[in-house]
Amino acid sequence: MAERFPGYDVLSKRAGLSWNDVTRRAVDLRLAVPREPRFFTMAEWAVLERVCSRILPQPAGRPPVPIAALIDAKMLTYGETGTRIEPMPWDGEAWKLALAALDGQADSVHHRGFATLDDEAADALLGAMQRGEPSGPAWARVPPALFFAKRLLPDITEAYYGHPTAWSEIGFGGPASPRGYVRMDTNRHDPWEAEEAKGDNIAKARRHNRYVG
Amino acid sequence: MLAELPRAIGGRAPDVFSPGGWVKMREYGLDEEVDFLIVGTGAGGGTLAARLAELGFSVVALDAGPYFRPLDEFASDETEQSKLYWQDRRICTGKDPLQMGGKNSGKAVGGSMVHFAMVSLRFRPEWFKSRTQLGYGADWPLDWREMWQYYRQAELALSISGPVSYPWGPKRPRYPYRAHEINAAGRWLARGAEALGMKWAETPLATVSAPRGKSPPCVYRGFCRFGCSTNAKQSALTVWIPRALAAGAEIRDLAMAGRIEVNEADRVTGVHFHRQDAWHFQRARNVVVAGYAVETPRLLLNSANARHPHGLANSSGLVGKYFMTQSNQAVFGRMEDEVRWYKGPPSLTLTEHWNYEDRKDFFGGYCWMAQGPLPIEWAFIQTGARGLWGEALRQDMMNYNHQVGLKMVGETLPNKNNAVTLADERDQYGLRIPRITFSWGENDHRLIAHAIGQMTQSLEAIGAEEIFPQWEDANHLAGTARMGFTAETSVVTADCRSWDIPNLWVCDGSVFPTTGGVNPSLTIQAIALRTADRIKTMAQNGEL
Repeated sequence: MAERFPGYDVLSKRAGLSWNDVTRRAVDLRLAVPREPRFFTMAEWAVLERVCSRILPQPAGRPPVPIAALIDAKMLTYGETGTRIEPMPWDGEAWKLALAALDGQADSVHHRGFATLDDEAADALLGAMQRGEPSGPAWARVPPALFFAKRLLPDITEAYYGHPTAWSEIGFGGPASPRGYVRMDTNRHDPWEAEEAKGDNIAKARRHNRYVG
Repeated sequence: MLAELPRAIGGRAPDVFSPGGWVKMREYGLDEEVDFLIVGTGAGGGTLAARLAELGFSVVALDAGPYFRPLDEFASDETEQSKLYWQDRRICTGKDPLQMGGKNSGKAVGGSMVHFAMVSLRFRPEWFKSRTQLGYGADWPLDWREMWQYYRQAELALSISGPVSYPWGPKRPRYPYRAHEINAAGRWLARGAEALGMKWAETPLATVSAPRGKSPPCVYRGFCRFGCSTNAKQSALTVWIPRALAAGAEIRDLAMAGRIEVNEADRVTGVHFHRQDAWHFQRARNVVVAGYAVETPRLLLNSANARHPHGLANSSGLVGKYFMTQSNQAVFGRMEDEVRWYKGPPSLTLTEHWNYEDRKDFFGGYCWMAQGPLPIEWAFIQTGARGLWGEALRQDMMNYNHQVGLKMVGETLPNKNNAVTLADERDQYGLRIPRITFSWGENDHRLIAHAIGQMTQSLEAIGAEEIFPQWEDANHLAGTARMGFTAETSVVTADCRSWDIPNLWVCDGSVFPTTGGVNPSLTIQAIALRTADRIKTMAQNGEL
């Protein structure tokens, strides 16, 4: 499917009036997240990467958002804090239990690890998890539907939609301080916002988006 | 987690109005018995600290969180700004476990006002007597006519931007600052309300529409709920705390209160707090707990001793009980037009129609407001409410700039079984962590269903497509140290004073006997303003 905001790259505003230093630092750190596991084991990481690739399949032709790496970094920092919904353990441990349970599910159904499943088989297992179907001791502390709704989906979507690549994809204006916005009414946008490709205006949108800054 | 050093120390505190700047701060010794030691610096504690200091009392206010300077420390970024939330360990349970650690929490000087949506509404007068006048909940020991004056004081202090005339409730003066320009999302709310025959209004907001002191007018960057990086927002951090400092109060950041000490005569003597890797004890003549509806009961319960085995101020057994949130369900849809709801304050218009209309089959009321979720929050709504994932999610997210939404703030009835208690697990300070039990009640379900029906009609009336409800969401907290008329049925008096221990006070959303159907911050501040005046009167009468 064609890009909705052709040529729009929110990072082209990085040096401009819509980004302040603290925003630049925060996003730079995110872009530089180490691409290997520090919290998860290699085996858990392989399952996690496969899960991420199905929850948010990324288009070819652009560098992917490193979703698993961002989740790994989050668990490294916050995995033992925050809110714990009973009977789940703290986030980091919950992730490890759920990845092991999912891998075990793949093994019992397909006699292979989750990381090596094809798209259809992986989606079927994830769908069953979302519906709360798997049971057994491996899921006791991570009830599948609860974990899927409260940890798996939020952590993966937070990693993806907190990344500039996703902001560009959906036409979000991105960071906006100190400049903010002027044109707020319906069907209006400032020169520093993305233009959407509609009908036959793709070339015009692309031209506009090239000068967003 | 974050190894940070306190900043409000050594005779100075951060100047929130200049990058890297400082302002002078008076300091008190640990052995100096201060008039008031306040735990928490948000809408309740921050406001009270300013007023008590201005009335001449010696004041020290503790906050567990850091002291930020918005101009150089607030990013335009959802993830980075989670540094404003209370993310210490908490356990949630019940039929509808709440999601904590986000918008319903705050761990910073200024409390959750640092990231509040700035919506500044007055209660409907009848809500202060909802038991006798409307037949549900509990009466407040406060009179709405008195509260009306304190609401006005709070509105002036925050230079609220709002409409010339507000369409609901008793007459009130025009708001101090003109209303903000309405964005597309707000316009669609207005059209939907008009189609349904309802009044709507520009939302009274605590962000200035014209310069005020060191605050520039709002630039509509849309990250209001993640901290205002320009200081257009009027909050405890930018209004009350600077006033408190100027009047001689001391603020201690990164100072976590662990236990309140009580003597043999059942008077509090001070607070043990953790700061710079050590426990300290600050002596005080009075202690005010203002940690909001989870941390306030937690501190009172964690302060149990031999004479008060069930916690302080708890002879009624009601500390931690009647925990409330507000229903925050929503309906979303897609417009053919571009809306780009990420611009401007998220809730520029509202309708309070169902707060003031009593012909309905449930108790309580609700309002709804225009919405502007940023991408991560929008993804949470898509996955949470619709269960979307995979290519379907990624494709649908590309309609982001065409989405509109209406979100309610609804009244939740007080229920004794919804409660904050102590778990056996401990946090990084070695303190027992809270367990938060919550389930919606029958009336709550009816109110929410009604609201979702009405909001759906409103979106249908403007021609929105792919309309879907978000059935699961909650926001502001309340209850757990309710004010009331007797020591048996409440935790504090109308003056926010403990029935059991006369020099122990609670001043935050915890004292609410009912929540009402509007955002609570203005009411919390009005109560704090009133409490300060009452304390002054009591001091003059020798009643402290």
